[in-house]
Amino acid sequence: MKKYISFFRVRFATGLQYRMAAVTALTTQFFWGLMECLIYKALMESNAVSLPMGYPAIVSYIWLKEAFYALFNTWATDNDLFGMIVDGGISYEFCRPVSVYGMWFARSLGSRVAEAALRCGPVLLCAIILPAPYRIGPPAGLTAFLFFLLTMFLSLMVTVSFCMVVYMLCFFTISPTGWRILFTGAVEFLSGSVIPLPFIPQPYNSIISFLPFASMLNVPLRTYSGDLAGNALIQAVFLQIFWFIVLYLFGYRLCHKAENRIVIQGG
Amino acid sequence: MKMGLKSNIRLYGMYISVILRSTMQYKLSFFLMVTGRFILAFNGFLAIFFLFSGFTRIGSYSFEEVLLCFSVIQMSFALAECIGSGMKVFTGIVRRGEFDRMLLRPRSPILQVLGTRFELGRLGPMITAGITLLIGIQKGQIVWTAVKIMVLFVMIAGGTLLFLSLFILGASFCFFSIEDGGLLNILTYGAKEHGKYPVDIYGKRFMQICTYLIPYTLIQYYPLQYLLGRTDRWVYGLYPFGTVVFAFLCYIVWLFGVKNYKSCGS
Amino acid sequence: MIVMDNVCKTYKVAKRNAGLKEACRHLFHRETEEIRALTDVSFQIADGEMVGYIGPNGAGKSSTIKILSGILTPDCGTCSVDGRIPWKNRIEHVKQIGVVFGQRSQLWWDIPVNDSFELIKEIYSIPAEQYKHTLDELTELLSLQEILKTPTRQLSLGQRMRCEISASLLHQPKLLFLDEPTIGLDAVSKLAVRDFIKKLNKEHSTTVLLTTHDMQDIEAIAERVILIGKGKVLMDGTLQDMKDLVRLTDDAQSKKNDAAQSRGNDAAQSCMDTDITGKENDNLDQIVAKLYQQLDIL
Repeated sequence: MKKYISFFRVRFATGLQYRMAAVTALTTQFFWGLMECLIYKALMESNAVSLPMGYPAIVSYIWLKEAFYALFNTWATDNDLFGMIVDGGISYEFCRPVSVYGMWFARSLGSRVAEAALRCGPVLLCAIILPAPYRIGPPAGLTAFLFFLLTMFLSLMVTVSFCMVVYMLCFFTISPTGWRILFTGAVEFLSGSVIPLPFIPQPYNSIISFLPFASMLNVPLRTYSGDLAGNALIQAVFLQIFWFIVLYLFGYRLCHKAENRIVIQGG
Repeated sequence: MKMGLKSNIRLYGMYISVILRSTMQYKLSFFLMVTGRFILAFNGFLAIFFLFSGFTRIGSYSFEEVLLCFSVIQMSFALAECIGSGMKVFTGIVRRGEFDRMLLRPRSPILQVLGTRFELGRLGPMITAGITLLIGIQKGQIVWTAVKIMVLFVMIAGGTLLFLSLFILGASFCFFSIEDGGLLNILTYGAKEHGKYPVDIYGKRFMQICTYLIPYTLIQYYPLQYLLGRTDRWVYGLYPFGTVVFAFLCYIVWLFGVKNYKSCGS
Repeated sequence: MIVMDNVCKTYKVAKRNAGLKEACRHLFHRETEEIRALTDVSFQIADGEMVGYIGPNGAGKSSTIKILSGILTPDCGTCSVDGRIPWKNRIEHVKQIGVVFGQRSQLWWDIPVNDSFELIKEIYSIPAEQYKHTLDELTELLSLQEILKTPTRQLSLGQRMRCEISASLLHQPKLLFLDEPTIGLDAVSKLAVRDFIKKLNKEHSTTVLLTTHDMQDIEAIAERVILIGKGKVLMDGTLQDMKDLVRLTDDAQSKKNDAAQSRGNDAAQSCMDTDITGKENDNLDQIVAKLYQQLDIL
């Protein structure tokens, strides 16, 4: 366990070093959030029909998404790992006396948590001091907040184990960058980071909500505002656990295969 | 000068041909890249599509009108990225010492930087933009005259120039600090992401920022008003030419940056 | 004709330390320190000369080359190359010079060398006839026939270096700057490169300024050696002058050392002393190492 903690720490420290990058990301996230709030406001005001989520719920969804962007985006994958896959440096990783899957998992988790820890505070602060309609509200209640924390953790696990599957698949192809863009392009929409999933009309919606991607940021962000509650929430939690186990096992198997392949082919 | 322009164009053509030949050595990668980028851009369309499945308008704009705006911005941005990617990776070019080599050659450094990359993978978003443009034109109520078609092209050209200038401005920042001009990404990606809706839906203050700070309204809001027949002022159709002034300002910053680079080294 | 007169150059460099605590602190403020790369450099090089420019790492060699090639502006002092001020009219200046960086490639990675050359032809607007003539000559002298059609990434280091040198000479510059051209090469390639440079100088009387850490390069090529340390020119003369300098200071020191010897001297130091004073035809590297130590410029 200690080994994995130290991988985590190294990533955390390097994450902090990029000062300017942090400032940039903060501004970006703040700006993005604000623009999105404005879009939904315009949508609300110019139509007689009511939105599928309450406006305060949308606002908190948007701000939480921006604040914890680093935890959930499947786009910003670990470039070092990809570099290793491309230039073959990965063979060295398999020579170390630790489980490759565990090590990479810890690494990805480390860099995500580090980035999010650095960025969520200021973004949330901005979101709290903004004027009324764009201000993020308090959680829907204590239970909602506790469930928010739980589902947040679970969706982080789902996201990381999904990324692990992508890394491992990339290992088996000669053009990892291409596959990565293909994957993330699809996931971005299906996970609800382009528009919240409730905005997707019915026949599509019920299919999408069973996919693993809906178990990522979709669940905690809607739990916070109480948009997702009661039985639907319980169901979502179990779905998250289910997908985490499936993705973990799948990724682990793939990792094993990759290891064997290296041993057999000598890299 | 005329001779110079001709030979510059020929050189740029050679750069592109070299890059394409290299790209085509990795065909699968190229294919995946185009498809992936197509999907990413298509997400933007899906967002608009689904939002409009429950609602009829955003601000005062209908689905088709938003699509038109979306495709113009997508197309301009994809074209600018296709041509100007060299500027986006400029930090790396400087760090690896490649910029020194460029300065050792009797050619404009901007041309040489642009000549390092030509991302054909941006065909993906271009296809998206093409499709949405067709939908927007077909479903919309606009009576297309020759002038309006011209205005559409001028919008795209002006947009490309505007984004390209922003890339160059971003690259210039890396002459002054080790970090790259990441903050400028807000202006470029932000415009691509949020410029799919006409700027006025974001409110008056954003309109002002997008006119006086970075002249987005010149390629988006004003000519769009003319295209949609909401104004009789045909002058709005000429507004995209205003981006030339902005491009010139960015060029001056670049020149200043190169001068600074020469006195500070890398 | 190259003239450098009291040239100096200072850089500002950001400090950055490792560690979690430092990284956090670094978020809020940044320290810079000044590095004086060149304090006072003056020399002249006549047309057709072959000069070796040596000094330990960080002595200011690269800065000098950059200033001479117009990509760095000095803080003070003057510099002119064939009457041109390098950083003033960049395009006119760089047409007349060729620069080879041993550690960096100027060829396009994925395409055949020939195509890279074609691009360079276009970049320098070399007339077709002149290009063909030069390329033929270079192909013969550096025996490039077989590798011209190979993509750069498939070349060995030695083959690549020969191509790099050709690429820098396609526009027939009167002046050639070589920055560690033999680094990492095997013996055969080294000899080929050295031979070629000598021939080039003889036939086209190209002025050559060579920086290197390989003293055999200097011995083979340079008629004159300029030694730089801590941003200053410390010696300017022939290789023999340099050897003499070592011996002179050595003699003076060994007298002093005799007295000190009884108090127990540094073992490695005395070992080196006997090496150098003992043989006439010493290992050049040892002479230079000795010289750097004596001048205290490391």
